[in-house]
Amino acid sequence: MMGELVVIKPGLLTTVQDLGRYGHQAFGVPAAGPMDAFSHRLANQLVGNDVDAATLEITLLGPELIVEADTTMAIAGAQFEVACDDRPVALNSSFTIQKGQRLKFGRIVEGARAYVAVAGGIQTDPVLGSRATHLVSHAGGFRGRALMSGDRLPIAGDSGARPLRKSGGLTLPSKGRALLRVMAGPQADWFEADALKTISGVSFRISPQSNRMGYLLQGPPLVRSREGELISEPLGLGAIQVPSAGEPILLMADRQTAGGYPKIGYVISADLPLAGQLAPGDFIEFHLCSQPEAVAALIARERQLLRYADLKGTS
Amino acid sequence: MLLIELEPVIDPVINERAIMLASRLRARRARGIRDVAPGYCTVGVHFDPLHTDLAALEQAIETEFDSLASLEAIADRNVIDIPVSYGGAGGPDLDTVASFAGCTPAEVIARHSGRTYRVYMLGFVPGFAYLGRVEQSIAAPRHRVPRERVPAGSVGIAGLQTGVYPVESPGGWQLIGRTTTVMFDPNRDPSSLLAPGDAVRFVPVETRA
Repeated sequence: MMGELVVIKPGLLTTVQDLGRYGHQAFGVPAAGPMDAFSHRLANQLVGNDVDAATLEITLLGPELIVEADTTMAIAGAQFEVACDDRPVALNSSFTIQKGQRLKFGRIVEGARAYVAVAGGIQTDPVLGSRATHLVSHAGGFRGRALMSGDRLPIAGDSGARPLRKSGGLTLPSKGRALLRVMAGPQADWFEADALKTISGVSFRISPQSNRMGYLLQGPPLVRSREGELISEPLGLGAIQVPSAGEPILLMADRQTAGGYPKIGYVISADLPLAGQLAPGDFIEFHLCSQPEAVAALIARERQLLRYADLKGTS
Repeated sequence: MLLIELEPVIDPVINERAIMLASRLRARRARGIRDVAPGYCTVGVHFDPLHTDLAALEQAIETEFDSLASLEAIADRNVIDIPVSYGGAGGPDLDTVASFAGCTPAEVIARHSGRTYRVYMLGFVPGFAYLGRVEQSIAAPRHRVPRERVPAGSVGIAGLQTGVYPVESPGGWQLIGRTTTVMFDPNRDPSSLLAPGDAVRFVPVETRA
């Protein structure tokens, strides 16, 4: 049985995302995917989906949706006030919704992005094996763009009852400030010896020009110790690249596949979801960490998700 | 992402090794490896840290890297011809490049279409290939202020590089012509007309009056 999600109000920036379009970066095809992959996976897990199923990524100002199917849904990530018709909806919990009911996002309390999972996933046509929306190249998701009023997204619909679950969620950055742990990047030695230490413990402000491609960071300029151009090379999620003006850019989900600015560091995988919960005007403080610490942090993060998968709570 | 660095030079043989290394690592289909992308002289390995045997990956890189160290020959690949209408509305910077080179526009066309280029890497937008090397005399630098909109199919020069914009996008390259060839189509297999290591020739077609 197929159903639809009907967009009444789109919100500020609502896109369809799965875990990203991988396997085509040799051809310059960017990965895209969720800014906070942890909450995307959690939302899917709560409704019993594969973690790669497509969800809606909601940004700062949420949408209003009518669900044209009986189904099970869950919302994880940023702390929004959400109502289904007039009944408040708990976050990090799955809930059933009847055909014709209205899901309305209200005030955001903490964080920046929430993920709406629906049983069976959003069923837009995959592009190069993925439903992730890449806004700049207009690829994937719903017609390669952010949702607009009147859009109708195909969903699986859910005849069988799924067990309702509730869990904890990502511990959101408090008051728009996040500590992100970093490791040295491939060109850390292009900067003055203490540049990596300089970025440790200093607050950088996320500039208004920031978006899903990356966060432009305002703070003390990072001084290069050597001249010369970097030959363009592949880029990874969480890289901190430093253009000649010296103000760093943290590369996020919609980053290009390659670039020619030196990279002083990388945000560790375990902390990337926290970065995804920040918005322009928020602050980042970097802390240098070792590889064993990074691995331990990631394992702890994954254990959290596994623990939530075992919870059978009711709501 | 794990970055493998070869020698930091733009050189066809080093680039060939990077491309071969990427393709061999991809062919191993090791668990946890999500994507392998070559650059000019680097390879990026995107992996899921929880499902990747890092020691095995490092061993695989070392093995393949060593076996490629003696590679000096460039594999023969298909030569792809791209028809270009030089100058006119599609090539608004042809005259600028001509004055940079101190020659006629016709001579710029002859020099640009007179050699076979190598696809060193793709990036910027899907299907955008960085081609080299442009003849030194016509290697005009980028515009200081990029254009907000460069039409799809525009053929440009940026220093020693040349390339074709697959989709409309912002861009700072000197635009000397336009092609109707579709460089990238996500519904086509392969989606990108050009792959790393390919050879490309630009073929002048009748310039519109």
